[in-house]
Amino acid sequence: MKMRKTLSTSLIAAGLLGGVAADALAQSAEQFIGLPSYRVGAYAAGGSGIYGGWIDYMALINERDGGVGGVKLTWEECETEYNNARGVECYERLKKKGATGNSVFQPLSTGITYSVLDKVAQDKIPMVTIGYGRTDAADGRVFPWVFPMITTYWSQATTMVKYIGSKEGGLDKLKGKKIAYLYHDSAYGKEGIAVLEKQAQKHGFTFVPLAVAHPGNEQQSQWLKIRQEKPDWVILWGWGVMNPTALKAAAKTGFSREKMIGVWWSGAEEDTIPAGDASKGFTTAGFNVAGANYPVIKAIQDVVYKKNKGNMEDKSRVGSVYYNRGVVHGIITVEAIRTAQAKFGKKPLSGEEMRWGFEHLNIDAKRLKELGAEGFMPDLKITCEDHEGSGKVKYQQWDGKQWKVVSDWIDADREMVRPMIEESAAKYAKEKNITPRDCSKEG
Amino acid sequence: MGFFFEVLIGGLLSGVMYSFVALGFVLIYKASGVFNFAQGAMVFAAALTFVGFQELGVPFWLALLLAFAVMVVLGILTERIVLRPLVNQPPITLFMATIGLTYVIEGLAQGVWGANVRGLELGIQDEPIQWLLEATDIGVSKFDLFGAGVAALLVTLLALFFQYTRIGRALRAVADDHQAALSIGIPLQNIWRIVWAVAGFVALVAGLIWGARNGVQFALTFTALKALPVLILGGFTSIPGAIVGGLIIGSTEKLAEVYLGGYVGGGIDSWFPYVMALAFLLIRPEGLFGEKHIDRV
Repeated sequence: MKMRKTLSTSLIAAGLLGGVAADALAQSAEQFIGLPSYRVGAYAAGGSGIYGGWIDYMALINERDGGVGGVKLTWEECETEYNNARGVECYERLKKKGATGNSVFQPLSTGITYSVLDKVAQDKIPMVTIGYGRTDAADGRVFPWVFPMITTYWSQATTMVKYIGSKEGGLDKLKGKKIAYLYHDSAYGKEGIAVLEKQAQKHGFTFVPLAVAHPGNEQQSQWLKIRQEKPDWVILWGWGVMNPTALKAAAKTGFSREKMIGVWWSGAEEDTIPAGDASKGFTTAGFNVAGANYPVIKAIQDVVYKKNKGNMEDKSRVGSVYYNRGVVHGIITVEAIRTAQAKFGKKPLSGEEMRWGFEHLNIDAKRLKELGAEGFMPDLKITCEDHEGSGKVKYQQWDGKQWKVVSDWIDADREMVRPMIEESAAKYAKEKNITPRDCSKEG
Repeated sequence: MGFFFEVLIGGLLSGVMYSFVALGFVLIYKASGVFNFAQGAMVFAAALTFVGFQELGVPFWLALLLAFAVMVVLGILTERIVLRPLVNQPPITLFMATIGLTYVIEGLAQGVWGANVRGLELGIQDEPIQWLLEATDIGVSKFDLFGAGVAALLVTLLALFFQYTRIGRALRAVADDHQAALSIGIPLQNIWRIVWAVAGFVALVAGLIWGARNGVQFALTFTALKALPVLILGGFTSIPGAIVGGLIIGSTEKLAEVYLGGYVGGGIDSWFPYVMALAFLLIRPEGLFGEKHIDRV
């Protein structure tokens, strides 16, 4: 009797141990990615689209490929409501999750980016800020843990001038023209001013900045000023409700939307649909395009949504600007894991290993085609010095129902932007007593 | 000079838009002494419910009725669950309760109808009246004029309701003195329910007007911020005050932004109305049309 009891106890213990070991093994073959998302509150529409697309891409990789190099991707969302304090709380909550802790932090908020800037360096977790955050963090020597990838606000501003120039018949035709800059009165909105002032000096146009107070749901005064100033073009650097309000106010003032160029945070369906017919002809910058006809989006629909495993409640949003932007986040994260695995082995990676992956990321035209993302996002090459990558931007125009691509990838004025980045980063390094890395010594 | 008048007229018409939201605050404050922090959330919830029904294929007028019904139910539930248990509590307690209510309404509305941004079409174009523009070079929006017309109609209806109906008289009695009204048999709870329902209707109208202009999205909750200086200026208990306050705030903020904004970097129309309202408080603390508070010592 006693022997039977001992045997059964041993079996239970073995079973428990086996279960724990299996659990540990399963966890050891998983790469954890913490997602500080926002699905409620003022910016829920953007958050739900971007994080939805990102999750769907990771689900595609798990379902179709069995993960990255056999390592399954796991994730957990933490609701920030686009609030800095909550963002920091999410950062702390997520950083120790998974086998190796959170391997990358992407908050989709400039405010949260600033709040955890020092923390990511201390905790050795790379922070990826695609299309937002600090522009000067593109200098990887001063900001080794921050990656404002693909293109920065400054690069974008210079492509806007190039695009306007192309519409005027050449950059030399900008001389004597007037460009108004209608911006969200915040650090984000002011980001474009310095570089556009330099562009105005370089190309000889008059630059007229006009601030719109948050949230931007009333802009009559600014548009009356525009009516008085009579600019040739208006650059809209808005966010949230400011965008449809600007489009409606432009229609009310009689300013042609064909002469309005938006920042990439003004160029989603959520910005144009509420403004109805007033949006027709409005053009915006983007580091990704809209549309569901790209092979990568079709693969998500075929593999993920056909199994009812899609993240989007409203399936009609698959292929929208925000959704596709989320897929870009997914592609970059997965490709960084793949790059890092080539050096460190097919295992869950730590934050430091992931940083190496990001710093050696090279998504060229050939790779984009393999990923089914040709034309969907620009090619990208990250180095120790340059955490931005290509700086390329494409333009899309709203035809009343959907976005239509109206340009090829436009290169930024790197000759102007890069020295500005290095100057600003050097100033930051001096303030914070940071010795910039010597990239020639990095592996 | 034409430009000055354009700014002034545009400002006055914008002010009417602020008055819509301010009216909802006034109604509830007048009848219950509660500063309803949730008014902005009610504007958002009402508009979202309306477009939500429309998306389900419900025709315009039926969607309007259904959205109104939802706001009435919300008003009744608010009275039953939030206000009734707090009767005789200090005003600050009721105010705090409405802050909680704000988050409940916002979360509930987004939970039921989703967080997507929607367009709302009322069939009135937000574009200048062409003949006026050509004749005077002054742009006046058709939509703004429509909004002003709706505001005038709403104020007239509310005035008639308060002045000539039994419920209206009871409302005024409750507003004057809760205890006295109760002592002559006016059912306080019924009155509160009606007031919250009427405030829900005003929120629906405000939500439709603002939603048609900027889209139905979470930012509609921010319209409450525009109403606060209007209330301070016009008085918390006066319906005409909400309108006059709106006109003054709307016109001065626009004139300030256009003529003074350039000297201080622009974007002053968010804080200028508050500075003005605060300055006004120093001269007339009860607002332009507010009731003067006299205590017997």
